[in-house]
Amino acid sequence: MKKRVKTKTQLPLKNRWLLNIGAIVFLIAFIFIANQFLDSYIRRILNLCAIYTILGLSMNLINGFTGLFSLGQAGFMAIGAYAVAIFTVPLEARATIFYLEPMHPAISHIRLPFVVALLLGGLLAALAAFLIGAPVLRLRGDYLAIATLGFSEIIRIVFTNIQNITNGALGIKNIPTISNLWWTWGIALIVISSMVLLIRSSYGRAFKAIREDEIAAEAMGIGLFKHKVIAFMISAFMAGIGGGLFAALLGTVDPKQFYFTLTYNFLLIIVLGGMGSISGTIMSAFIVTIGLEWLRFLDEPLSIAGISIPLFRPGLRMVVFSLLLMGVVLFYRKGLMGQTELSWERIIGFFKKFGKKEGSQVGGDLSE
Amino acid sequence: MSNVLQLDNIVMRFGGVTAVNDLTLHVNKGQIVALIGPNGAGKTTAFNVVTGVYTPTSGKILFNGKDITALKPHKITQLGIARTFQNIRLFKELTVMENVLIAKHLHLKHGLFSTALHLPWARKEEKEMRIECEELLAKVGLIDLKEEVASSLPYGQQRHLEIARALATNPKLLLLDEPAAGMNPQETSELTHFIKNIKNEFDMTVFMIEHHMDLVMEISDAIYVLDFGELIAQGTPDQIQQNEKVIAAYLGVEEDA
Repeated sequence: MKKRVKTKTQLPLKNRWLLNIGAIVFLIAFIFIANQFLDSYIRRILNLCAIYTILGLSMNLINGFTGLFSLGQAGFMAIGAYAVAIFTVPLEARATIFYLEPMHPAISHIRLPFVVALLLGGLLAALAAFLIGAPVLRLRGDYLAIATLGFSEIIRIVFTNIQNITNGALGIKNIPTISNLWWTWGIALIVISSMVLLIRSSYGRAFKAIREDEIAAEAMGIGLFKHKVIAFMISAFMAGIGGGLFAALLGTVDPKQFYFTLTYNFLLIIVLGGMGSISGTIMSAFIVTIGLEWLRFLDEPLSIAGISIPLFRPGLRMVVFSLLLMGVVLFYRKGLMGQTELSWERIIGFFKKFGKKEGSQVGGDLSE
Repeated sequence: MSNVLQLDNIVMRFGGVTAVNDLTLHVNKGQIVALIGPNGAGKTTAFNVVTGVYTPTSGKILFNGKDITALKPHKITQLGIARTFQNIRLFKELTVMENVLIAKHLHLKHGLFSTALHLPWARKEEKEMRIECEELLAKVGLIDLKEEVASSLPYGQQRHLEIARALATNPKLLLLDEPAAGMNPQETSELTHFIKNIKNEFDMTVFMIEHHMDLVMEISDAIYVLDFGELIAQGTPDQIQQNEKVIAAYLGVEEDA
């Protein structure tokens, strides 16, 4: 029989606050130092970690917490990315970027501050979620996954073809970039805390109820459709924000970036981290992002002692990641955290257990 | 005595099969009314029609005089009819407390933003919700288990929790679908007391489907008997026990077993 791992001794509230504040101070100091001293490659990876955290959480809200198998994240991300791209590209650069067909006059003179464009992207993504939610959220299980996957492809194809707004397949370059960590990590922290608050609220419980048993949730007076649409829209909003940051990090967007395969990265993150765990998502966003970078050597031709090994070629990295995903699904279905969250009690408990083990080993050595 | 629930000539057909045919019954306020009948008689279908899972082919359902025919299940719960299920449908991976708190969600006064951001007034509401739930759990004797995961509870207590969860929606009418299904005599007698207590403590009207005749005969004020979708008898437990049609259709078989 399953039982939750219970932490019998809860820390006093004051200690927990102190630890929380300590962690935040540590994080701010870390971002500060990272900004100052780390090279641009590592900063870029850390930025990506933040963005993948946001997208992982966005995906986990709908898949892990509400229990709806949705694969539309790349589409919502594209909406946010393009909103930032279109509305922050410098006016003077637009003529050279849109050289095949000039930008539509309605938007060609509008330039918004980054934050406004970012929020607009999130809101447009949420609007798209609202519009497709009505037909799509009546579907269940696999059908919902197929429909949302289709939506994400439709978005990409639409963006490829509305030349005078998105510049089609050429994409948009010269987006003012953000390279410091404050933007991405600041927004990631806001997203993480709003997510924690949402999940701990009555609405979060209602989402979980829908995941556990739709029929019972409805019998408890929870309007299924309304709550699914809410979860879907919040998730899309977060994906839009993540997409906007993504565009501003890379400085360029084009439709090819938003293939549905992008969604699988986030799926990997939530499966590995635990469907329905916020802290698990954050941890696995780091593991996956850093792993994807670190494993790049697999994509490069490798020769040992003059003999080139045929396996090493572009694409091997994704093979390794697919194997990882299969391994998790087969042997470790709950992921890193399952549906539980990391807490101070758990961390302290872990270190205590670890310490004891070492202590007993030392004792054993002495007696011998 | 006033009618809490009234079914007028309810017919429910699935294709060519008539699951419930011309069912007319009423449940009076403050009573425990039982719906009995052999397997496949259409009892659960009747419940599903009342709670909005199915829309009846014809007929009308009145709840406190208000027409609730064809309303969505969550709307019906919001109006004050709560139910349990034949095979327990708890939120298995969530704690006892969370299960009960979820049932309070429909009474939430504040909107999504203030609730999700835990603004002071929403925080106060959450606190009140928790206190109400703790009181409820204390009344039904589950307070010591409030942090346990629902699926880890013994079977009998899962049934109690499901009833407590239904009560948390503050219903005026409680529908119990075979609450004693799969219970041994000991658990059944506990449940009998449990339902009696609830009725008195919460001044509740109860409408239930049940197979355990001891339980039905002991606590029901009125009994309706369904067979092949048709109402074949109605009356007090004594009248039902004497009714020949019922004995032929149902009780006779039960006594042999």
